[in-house]
Amino acid sequence: MRKRDLIKRLVLGSGLALGLSAVLSAAAADDTIKVGVLHSLSGTMAISETTLKDTVLMLVEEQNKKGGLLGKKLEAVVVDPASNWPLFAEKARELIAKDKVAAVFGCWTSVSRKSVLPVFEELNGLLFYPVQYEGEESSKNVFYTGAAPNQQAIPAVDYLMNDLGVKRWVLAGTDYVYPRTTNKILEAYLKQKGVAAEDIMINYTPFGHSDWQSIVADIKKFGGAGKKTAVVSTINGDANVPFYKELGNQGVSAEDIPVVAFSVGEEELSGIDTKPLVGHLAAWNYFMSVDTPENAAFIKQWHAFIKDPKRVTNDPMEAHKIGFDLWVKAVEKAGSTATDKVVKAIVGLETPNLTGGIAKMLPNHHITKPVLIGEIQDDGQFAVVWQTEGTVPGDAWSDFLPGSKDLEGDWTAPINCGNYNIKTKTCLGSAAK
Amino acid sequence: MRITASHHRGRGLAGAFFSLILAGMTWWGTAAAGTLEEALPGLADRAFAVKQQAVQAIAATGDSRAFPILQALLAGDLYTREGADPPLVVARRTGTGWSLRDPLTRADLGEVEWEAVKKIPLNNALRTALRGGIATLTLSSPDPAVRSRAAKDLMRDPSPESVAALRVRLEQEQDAAVRTTLVLAVAVADLRVGTPEARLAAVSTLEGSLHPEARNGLTTLIANETNADVKAAAERALTAIDSRLTWNARAETLFFGLSLGSVLVLAAIGLAITFGVMGVINMAHGELMMLGAYTTYLVQQALPGWVDYSLFVAIPAAFIVSGLFGIAIERTVIRFLYGRPLETLLATFGISLILQQLVRTVISAQNVAVENPSWMSGSLHINPALALTYNRLYILAFALLVFVALLLILKRTALGLQVRAVSQNRAMARAMGVRSARVDALTFGLGAGIAGVAGVALSQLTNVGPNMGQAYIIDSFMVVVFGGVGNLWGTLIGGMTLGVANKFMEPWAGAVLAKILVLVFIILFIQKRPRGLFPQRGRAADG
Repeated sequence: MRKRDLIKRLVLGSGLALGLSAVLSAAAADDTIKVGVLHSLSGTMAISETTLKDTVLMLVEEQNKKGGLLGKKLEAVVVDPASNWPLFAEKARELIAKDKVAAVFGCWTSVSRKSVLPVFEELNGLLFYPVQYEGEESSKNVFYTGAAPNQQAIPAVDYLMNDLGVKRWVLAGTDYVYPRTTNKILEAYLKQKGVAAEDIMINYTPFGHSDWQSIVADIKKFGGAGKKTAVVSTINGDANVPFYKELGNQGVSAEDIPVVAFSVGEEELSGIDTKPLVGHLAAWNYFMSVDTPENAAFIKQWHAFIKDPKRVTNDPMEAHKIGFDLWVKAVEKAGSTATDKVVKAIVGLETPNLTGGIAKMLPNHHITKPVLIGEIQDDGQFAVVWQTEGTVPGDAWSDFLPGSKDLEGDWTAPINCGNYNIKTKTCLGSAAK
Repeated sequence: MRITASHHRGRGLAGAFFSLILAGMTWWGTAAAGTLEEALPGLADRAFAVKQQAVQAIAATGDSRAFPILQALLAGDLYTREGADPPLVVARRTGTGWSLRDPLTRADLGEVEWEAVKKIPLNNALRTALRGGIATLTLSSPDPAVRSRAAKDLMRDPSPESVAALRVRLEQEQDAAVRTTLVLAVAVADLRVGTPEARLAAVSTLEGSLHPEARNGLTTLIANETNADVKAAAERALTAIDSRLTWNARAETLFFGLSLGSVLVLAAIGLAITFGVMGVINMAHGELMMLGAYTTYLVQQALPGWVDYSLFVAIPAAFIVSGLFGIAIERTVIRFLYGRPLETLLATFGISLILQQLVRTVISAQNVAVENPSWMSGSLHINPALALTYNRLYILAFALLVFVALLLILKRTALGLQVRAVSQNRAMARAMGVRSARVDALTFGLGAGIAGVAGVALSQLTNVGPNMGQAYIIDSFMVVVFGGVGNLWGTLIGGMTLGVANKFMEPWAGAVLAKILVLVFIILFIQKRPRGLFPQRGRAADG
């Protein structure tokens, strides 16, 4: 039959094509080192993560211009986990097992990180995670280049308490793991500093909350008790825009009740009308407005790569830049991209921060960072009003939570443990995760 | 020379005035070579503390040129430049760079490139100092509104000097409204720094005042007061204020509820047509709203500088855009699926994903910035403790307007008659000569167009991004089902009820739990009355 012939031919042809492409890709794999990019390019998180994908592509291009790594070209493998947490795990598996990438740069939300963590540990991959997070984690296979709570939340509260004389606290957050853990740490910290329970108000809202009328009215009332009040906001993503709008409309200015945010950066501000936000604060480890030669060079490189001089840079981009630099140095030091060799080589390596000072990879896989507090200006940039002297080492396990204050992460010999109890001198292993 | 009142209407008049008078003067002014010139360079310093001192020094000079300089600094128009004299300039954006002015003489200094000047950054302490300085300088302005604002600004953070200035002003003040503010400001200041008699007098002045500053001052006083009489009086005054505030808070919550309800009604009312009247489960309803919001954005992009009027163009434009998309969806997909609700649901869900990705690809995955017109910002002050935000008020009115318009279309026009006829008995309507296919397309287009109009309203409240529609689809179905399928009044009453219930529960249950409780309530309600608040009666209900 003719029809059957046709099908036979088709099957044969496609089989041949498949085989050929497999051979070709195997050949290609020999003279390139693959770098995985695991950021959502669609769905809710695309707003933030698309920029990070472009950042990694830029860093890879730059490294190739310098002659690649270990004499080979770098090749970026971009996948789209589509803001879908289980899909993150699937795509991570695909990157490590099928594409054989040497390292993965990716994830934004804590839930996506938690979802890929078992995959990276099982297949012994490497993940560089660039976003500020709630801590309480240290994995052999993950490098946390964003801020731990002691590198963002605690210094911000110190600034409000000591420099602005804040006595009453509103802890407002989106209802998920990062704000809940951070607020738990902050509440313990504030109580330890002598703040009474009735001077702390905690409020959670759903993702993408848009009706802030009652909450802002509550904050106004809470702030009307004659004591200086501030809002510590772990509100995530685009829910911030209607929140600040409502603050502006109800006449709450930054001079009366300042809001310090941990998730609002230049990228988030670039999509909105910044007039109602002027004067509110953000705590980060990087601001685009910081005037250093390293930062100027980075911004120039970014604008040249993205071909749009209006695009902004932000903190997680710097974290990727630092993570990438450290990985490159570790691979050069180890002379190999093998996970175990890189993990061993990378601890103790240093690279300059874009905001001054040196980022050093610590044994707990966190890095040292300066902490900056900035006030939002009407052009969507931040003016730095305070910064720590020198850098702050990232602490994986918070000292203010009862369950975690005796824990340390240390991935160097002889401890080699992510949750080592310094009192009992034992490793809890995976039990505590 | 006096500062004119024109500044709060824009600096145009004052600017022209100053440039006339001062055009001939050179930078280090000839007349009154005093402290303003000495204090000014401090503004260019990098340290905020130095800048703050400079601001206070400038305000203390009482120099008439000080006011526009401080005003420019507060507005973010004051810049520094290197290697040129004067180092401080007032800069205005032009198409290609900056047009510069001398802040002292107002003389035109020509245009420079983008990179040539640097803005002076502000922080909150500096802004407070600036407002205080400006208030001191404008306390004797001829315009009562300006004087009133100055008195309010001084009330925030009273210092002995500002209190003295307030007292002097109070003695001369003629305008009754400004006097009230001044009396209040002096009383609030007395609570902090006055003698026990002055404090007692201040407490009685503040009794029953709803100003937040009055309540703040009293609370602080009670915490620190040593004199028993004053303390007891203050506690009485505070109780009186608090009982009045409770009623205000209830009124406020009711308004919040109605405003949340109006958003629900706007989101649901288009669906009340497509789902309620036609019976089409349209999962792409939220995306039709999103298209309306994006139309608002595009209209604002096309008409830069017309933000205040752009909404009036955007509303019909969004109706047409979303309406046409709706008709296209109906003609290409839905009409083949009438009577097959499951397939319709899946197909329209697919359409919703396609529309989202379309916007992501054509415009951007990023949220876009839709500006609020100036008449929608700020709030209407009923009394000092109760302010209703304008954007919510307008949207509440708009929701009612859309509702009435839709009701009139359905009850009073030929199309409305045909729509009702087809939805009640398709076969009979066709027998009477109604072209039911055309009516279906137009009805769906109408529902979609209304969704687009709702999108315009939402663009003023929330983020405009490819995903925005998904946030409203559940709420919309909830309102329509709760109100009773096929009944517009049900949608209105249902939406408002859910909004108010949600807001009254929120203070004690929290935003997350309040929403859950509302959903649980609806589940129980539907168990009891499966056809909603206003069930359709008669034969149509069975079809």
